[in-house]
Amino acid sequence: MMGSTRYTQTADKLVLALLAAAALLQCAAGVEFTFDLADNAEDCFYEEIKRNTSAYFEFQVSAGGQLDVDVHLKDPQGKVIYKLERATFDSHQFVAETTGVYTACFGNQFSAFSHKIVYVDFQVGDEPALPGVDEHATVLTQMETSSQAIHKGLNDILDAQTHHRLREAQGRKRAEDLNQRVMVWSSLETAAVVLIGITQIMVLRNFFTDRKPSQAHYGRL
Amino acid sequence: MRDQFICLALLLCALHSACGLYFHISETERKCFIEEVPDETTVIVNYKVELYDPRSNGFMPSSPGIGMHVEVRDSDDKIILSRVYSSQGRISFTSHTPGEHVICMYSNSTAWFSGAQLRVHLDIQVGEHAIDYANVAQKEKLTELQLRIRQLLDQVEQITKEQNYQRYREERFRHTSESTNSRVLWWSLAQTVVLVCMGFWQMRHLKSFFEAKKLV
Repeated sequence: MMGSTRYTQTADKLVLALLAAAALLQCAAGVEFTFDLADNAEDCFYEEIKRNTSAYFEFQVSAGGQLDVDVHLKDPQGKVIYKLERATFDSHQFVAETTGVYTACFGNQFSAFSHKIVYVDFQVGDEPALPGVDEHATVLTQMETSSQAIHKGLNDILDAQTHHRLREAQGRKRAEDLNQRVMVWSSLETAAVVLIGITQIMVLRNFFTDRKPSQAHYGRL
Repeated sequence: MRDQFICLALLLCALHSACGLYFHISETERKCFIEEVPDETTVIVNYKVELYDPRSNGFMPSSPGIGMHVEVRDSDDKIILSRVYSSQGRISFTSHTPGEHVICMYSNSTAWFSGAQLRVHLDIQVGEHAIDYANVAQKEKLTELQLRIRQLLDQVEQITKEQNYQRYREERFRHTSESTNSRVLWWSLAQTVVLVCMGFWQMRHLKSFFEAKKLV
C-alpha cells in the first residue's frame, strides 16, 4: 500500500517535471537564423500562431547586391499584413487575429545576379518563463523584480549586439569586396596601359610602312 | 500510471515538434543556414521532416523512410559535423573558432523519389538560449532566484564572448581596410612608373624607327 502511494507520487512528480520541461520546450518559439537567398528566388517560412498572441518579426540583409530584399507577411487567409519592397532592415510587431499558419516570404526576383544573405528573427509569444519562476501568485520581492529587470536589459543588449554585428558584417563584406576590386582593377589597368602602348606603336609603324609603296607608286606616276 | 506517463511523454514530444517555424524544400534540394557565433558557443538545432503525401494532400506526420544529411562547416570551411540522421533529430555542436558556421541539410532520398515536397520544422538555438534551465534547476537543486541569477550569469558570459568576437572582427575589418589603402597607394605609384616607362619606350622606339626609315 505504502509502496504504491510512493510510486504514484514519484510518477506525479515525473509528470510535473515533464510538464515543466514541455512548457519550456513547447513553444520556445523564437527562432533566429540567417540564410542565403539565391538570385531570382523566393523563400517562404511558415509559423503557426495562436489567436491573440503577439509576434515580432525582424529582418536584415547583411550581404549581396544593393542589400535589398522584398518582404511580405501573410495571415492564414492569405491577406498581406505587412509588405516592404527593396528593404534592408525593418521590424514589425503584430498581434495574430486568427489562429493559423502565418507566412513570411523573402523575394529576390528583381535581382538576376546577386544572392543575398538575410538574417531573420521571428519571435512568437512571450519568452518562456523559467521553470519555477513566475508560477507563484505572491508579490515579487525586490530582488526578483530587479533580477527580472536585469534579464530584460540583458536581452536588449543581446539584440543590440546582433544588430550591430550584422551592420559590421555589411561594412566588412563591402570592404573586402572593395579590396578585391582594387586589386583586380589595378592589374587590369596595368595590362591595358601596356597593351595600348604597344598597339599605338604598331599602328604608327603600319602607317609609315604602308606609305612607302604608295610613295613609290606616286613616284612612278 | 507508467502507460499514462509514456502517453504524455509522446504527446508532449509531438506537441513540441509540431510547433515552431517550418519551410518546404524539394527532396533533392539543399538548404543552408548560417550562424555567426563567437568561439566556445553551443548551437542546438532541432528539426523534423515530413514528407508530402499526394493521397491526402497533406504532410505525413512521420516518414520513417526519410533521412536527413546534416553538415556543419566552420568559418575555415572545415567540416565539423557530417552525419545522416533520421527524419527527426537534434544536433548539438560547440564552436571552436569564431565565425560563420554553415549548417546544411539535405535528404538522402533516392532518385525515383525526387520531386516530392518535404516540410522541415526547424528550431535553432544559440548560446544561452540553448541551455535547458529545467534540467539545470533539477540537477543542481537551485531555487527560483538562484536559477534566475544563473540565467543572468549565462547571458553576461554570452555578451562577453560576443564582445571578444567583436574585437576580433574589428581587427579583421581594419586589416582589410589597411590592405586596401596600401594597395591603392602602391598601385598608383606602380602605374605612374608603368606610364612613364611606356612613354619613354614609345619615344625611343619611334625615334629609332624613323631614323631607320630615313624619315627624319
